[in-house]
Amino acid sequence: MKLPIYLDYHSTTPVDPEVLRTMVPYFTEIFGNAASRNHEYGWTAEAAVEKAREQVARLIGASAKEIVFTSGATESDNLALLGAAEMYAEKGNHIITTPIEHKAILDTCAYLEKKGLSVTYLPVDSTGRVSPEAVRNAITPKTILVSVMAANNEVGTINPIAEIGKVCKEKGVLFHSDAVQAIGKVPVDVESMGIDLLSVSAHKMYGPKGVGALYVRRKNPRVRLSPVIHGGGHERGMRSGTLNVPGIVGFGKAAEIAGREMEREGVRLKALRDRLWDGIREALDEVYANGHPTERLPGNLNVSFAYVEGESLMLGMKELSVSSGSACTSASLEPSYVLRKMGVGDDLAHTSIRFGLGRFTTEEEIDYAIGKVISTVKKLRDLSPLYEMVKEGIDLKSVSWSAH
Amino acid sequence: MKYNDKVIDHYENPKNVGSLDKNSPNVGTGMVGAPECGDVMKLQLEIDEKTNVIKDAKFKTFGCGSAIASSSLATEWVKGKTIDEALAIRNTEIVEELSLPPVKIHCSVLAEEAIKAAVSDYMSKRKNPSKE
Repeated sequence: MKLPIYLDYHSTTPVDPEVLRTMVPYFTEIFGNAASRNHEYGWTAEAAVEKAREQVARLIGASAKEIVFTSGATESDNLALLGAAEMYAEKGNHIITTPIEHKAILDTCAYLEKKGLSVTYLPVDSTGRVSPEAVRNAITPKTILVSVMAANNEVGTINPIAEIGKVCKEKGVLFHSDAVQAIGKVPVDVESMGIDLLSVSAHKMYGPKGVGALYVRRKNPRVRLSPVIHGGGHERGMRSGTLNVPGIVGFGKAAEIAGREMEREGVRLKALRDRLWDGIREALDEVYANGHPTERLPGNLNVSFAYVEGESLMLGMKELSVSSGSACTSASLEPSYVLRKMGVGDDLAHTSIRFGLGRFTTEEEIDYAIGKVISTVKKLRDLSPLYEMVKEGIDLKSVSWSAH
Repeated sequence: MKYNDKVIDHYENPKNVGSLDKNSPNVGTGMVGAPECGDVMKLQLEIDEKTNVIKDAKFKTFGCGSAIASSSLATEWVKGKTIDEALAIRNTEIVEELSLPPVKIHCSVLAEEAIKAAVSDYMSKRKNPSKE
């Protein structure tokens, strides 16, 4: 077993060896520009891109022509929001989203607000889910787009996307979903879910970094977007720039593998995730799983270890590469905005750790992780004045703290 | 965040972890910070009432590695010092000793405040011994 153990698969994933093998020739022998329509090198590159387009489309139930390749999901999110806002400016100026979206959505919405658009941030419940009824009630005649993430990157909660898609269809409003975390982990189907725009990224599903896609619906309705990047008119004019052929080829292969392995992998990861959680909660008191008990990504476990600060916990278990909702792990001095919006108190948000399991996680690694988590939490609780007070029977809520 | 070795050392081998009898007239307890802010320090000083020398110091801290290191260092520094000497410790000295980056300076501030709070608790006990 190699240390440290990687348990941060929501952040990024290693390129699958099968993906890498597929990519390699496209750096050297098959190096043509996919836009070179007049010679063999160009045709070969183009054929490879079209194959990948097919592979990505198949994973989400789309047709190949509806896939626009981008540099990643941040660009896809920007293109979806900025492109729709500009293209449909005459129809309206209102966007609906949630406060627990990725920053690629939230910061783009903030930018659009500065430009004069109005944005509604729907509340989420304590599990991180958005209600389709709330979406319905928020739609106005001025609404042009609803953007709701398929699965959350911190707590793994899966939103009722099909129901939200149905509401949007009924109301005639475009529906975008950031599906970066969901794709290849749980089934996503743009047809049955009524999705018009969908952001995906290769590196979260064992493909290379620097490549992603935006699904743009071509019929019922035909979605049009103003480009954000201008140039040679690649990707149906929606995203200019020479295509990243090796990256796209790898993305295609990663999508093919994900489609093939998703079901089996989901079962395996869920079992490992449950093993991790059971191991933790059987040994420690006052640990809380954040997110939804069932509607969650199979590889996600987000836990608050009460009375133990997240960053010090990470420091104590350096052998595990995880992430934390604690403020101390960011420069902002504020704990996770996702947990906050779910109503998790700041005190518990500071103690949260996200475990992200993936394709190469083994049972041996999970068992090691359980042991490490337990010993570190126990050590830090011995050091925690809060844990001591609670054990003495003091209600921490009754204490007047000197907040700073 | 990458820590320097001194912080790691205090974190891995914290000095003077534990609790003193908070009801003892010779023990001053300082508790600063808040759970919502992600750090709480409890620092306790046992003081010789004749010489005003700090005979023992203990801490418990909920917080990041720097917060734990700052409080561990503070307990080491105050031991053997008089109250006045302990009160003269500045957070900037802790920052320097542990090479804390700007985002962690508040940890050192908290440690300085904890010393002051503990001394102030001791002083108020001396003034109102009837509370015992």
